[in-house]
Amino acid sequence: MSDVLLKVEGLTRYFDVSKPWLNRVIEREDKQFLTATADVNFEIKRGETFALVGESGSGKSTIAKMIVGLLEPSEGKITFDGQEMNFASGAAMRTLRRRFQMIFQDPFASLNPRWHVGDIIAEPIRTFGLAKGRDVMREVGRLLDTVGLSAADAAKFPHEFSGGQRQRIAIARALSSKPEFIVCDEPTSALDVSVQAQILNLMRDLQDEFGLTYLLISHDLSVVRHMSNRIGVLYLGRLVEVAEGKRLFTNPKHPYSRMLLDAVPDLALSGRRRQQVEGEIPNPINPPPGCTFHPRCPHAFERCKREIPQPVAADGSLTACFAVEEGRI
Amino acid sequence: MAEPLLSVRDLIVEFPTRRGTLRALDKVSFDIQEGEVLGMVGESGAGKSITGAAIIGLIEPPGRIAGGEIWLRGQRIDNLSPEAMRRIRGKRIGMVFQDPLTSLNPLYTVAQQLIETIRTHMDISEKAARARAVALLDRVGIPAAARRIDDYPHHFSGGMRQRVVIALALCAEPELVLADEPTTALDVSVQAQIIDVLKEICAERGAAVMLITHDMGVIAETADRVAVLYAGRLAEIGPVREVITAAEHPYTQGLMGSIPTLTQTSDRLVQIPGSMPRLNAIPQGCAFNPRCPKVFDRCRVDRPEAIDRGGRRRVACWLYDGVKQEAGNV
Repeated sequence: MSDVLLKVEGLTRYFDVSKPWLNRVIEREDKQFLTATADVNFEIKRGETFALVGESGSGKSTIAKMIVGLLEPSEGKITFDGQEMNFASGAAMRTLRRRFQMIFQDPFASLNPRWHVGDIIAEPIRTFGLAKGRDVMREVGRLLDTVGLSAADAAKFPHEFSGGQRQRIAIARALSSKPEFIVCDEPTSALDVSVQAQILNLMRDLQDEFGLTYLLISHDLSVVRHMSNRIGVLYLGRLVEVAEGKRLFTNPKHPYSRMLLDAVPDLALSGRRRQQVEGEIPNPINPPPGCTFHPRCPHAFERCKREIPQPVAADGSLTACFAVEEGRI
Repeated sequence: MAEPLLSVRDLIVEFPTRRGTLRALDKVSFDIQEGEVLGMVGESGAGKSITGAAIIGLIEPPGRIAGGEIWLRGQRIDNLSPEAMRRIRGKRIGMVFQDPLTSLNPLYTVAQQLIETIRTHMDISEKAARARAVALLDRVGIPAAARRIDDYPHHFSGGMRQRVVIALALCAEPELVLADEPTTALDVSVQAQIIDVLKEICAERGAAVMLITHDMGVIAETADRVAVLYAGRLAEIGPVREVITAAEHPYTQGLMGSIPTLTQTSDRLVQIPGSMPRLNAIPQGCAFNPRCPKVFDRCRVDRPEAIDRGGRRRVACWLYDGVKQEAGNV
């Protein structure tokens, strides 16, 4: 058994955002594509928490959807436990799909309001044939217990629960197919801080108990810092830096990571003067040429406007930046 | 101490429903001094936004102010006629809301909206109003303001739109700016810019700010004092540094511990068991008592009053009843 559970190579996804055919003919426009993710490479080791951070439009959720098979990549491949994902074969995907699950952001939208909680959690068990008859509900009760609810809750409907409890139900459902790998797409963004703490603690406990591997997607750097072993920073669909959690926060390399860390309001009350952040994320339909960050980058120079930097290992982190590569910063 | 700019006394806001009256705010009192930034935090449903809405007289019926008083520089404003209140809103109290797309009219250019607002509250010519609008946009950091002023809101990005909203809130030189989650819809890197702009400009013009947010980090970097709300009641109020580093109310303590920070190394977050009660099921006594780790008998029976802890700090918790006198003896 290899150490690497999930490997993503050259993952790219375009979306066709063209106007309808007739409009294109009349207005003499070409087809337009939005590059949601471009040439993303990373590995997730067994038992670790790998996080992807980035602002809105950076391609975090697109990557998550491709990994769980909800979206097909335009280019590139995803290898799960040594087996390449084959999006064309339903049967192959089905056997693989039992082994990974997803927790979504909004627990008000991800649970069917007309189903009993018990049925919601039992669905993966029945679909994958993991238990039969009375054992299904016994398993559901056990799962509810694991996430801090009670077996009696199986007979209730989702609207009878608060946001935090619903997210617990979503976690119980994710656990029900006995997965090894869970993709958590902004699992706590819709929750209040005190409830967020409960959910994050629960996720950690479950990881210890079942040896789970997480891909955590979040825009909240402090949550990411708290939860993950390694972190990938996304900017406009490209991975600009991958580093160990501690290293990224104490010694960020890429100018975008530095800017992002500097911008986070912190409780530390250090009274530090933030470096003024310049500009906003550009439109992904017409991203700037070269390094997509160069219009906002204080260290940009000629080369950044022409070539796209590739990730280079330095100091234990991978950074896609010419300024770092050439030792200018 | 000087007369406060805004004074809220025992404010009660109720929503009558078929199943009884819900109390969204229950005897909330606080002051805002001139030029001060008061942060207001709490979880969803704690009553932050309702407090803001009550101050500007925009509580949606059937909700109503059922008790208490609101004073703006010595003038009582909670019982004004809608017409009189309309003259205060925008002129003396500026507002910045969460979603810049919904607070700007998509059918009018930014210039039209700014000039209309300026001329409603100030007696100046169209031309002078336009010059003033351009100067304001320039001040909030919109590049090429003179040209962009004739654009429509959808031409601007999220961060730029929120700058326009700030300009709109400030265009009649208000004494108080009420900012309700001004950065929640924005990305982190943009959020920092907006907070800086808001803070700088208000300081420059001597306007006080009431900043409503659920993000403690934003409060820590922006506010002078902070008020913590829980289930429609004020749990604790005091200078930001003291409340953050040495919270006294058990709820505030739990809240601070539950926030992951960038510098911490500990493995587990402090967690408060359960969640905030619904408004129709607020427990007797202290609203926090079922979740409180330091609860004792009295908390389950009597509701704690805000206890003055000195240094403009008040805490609504029985733990501190009578403690102050002892502290005074030491």
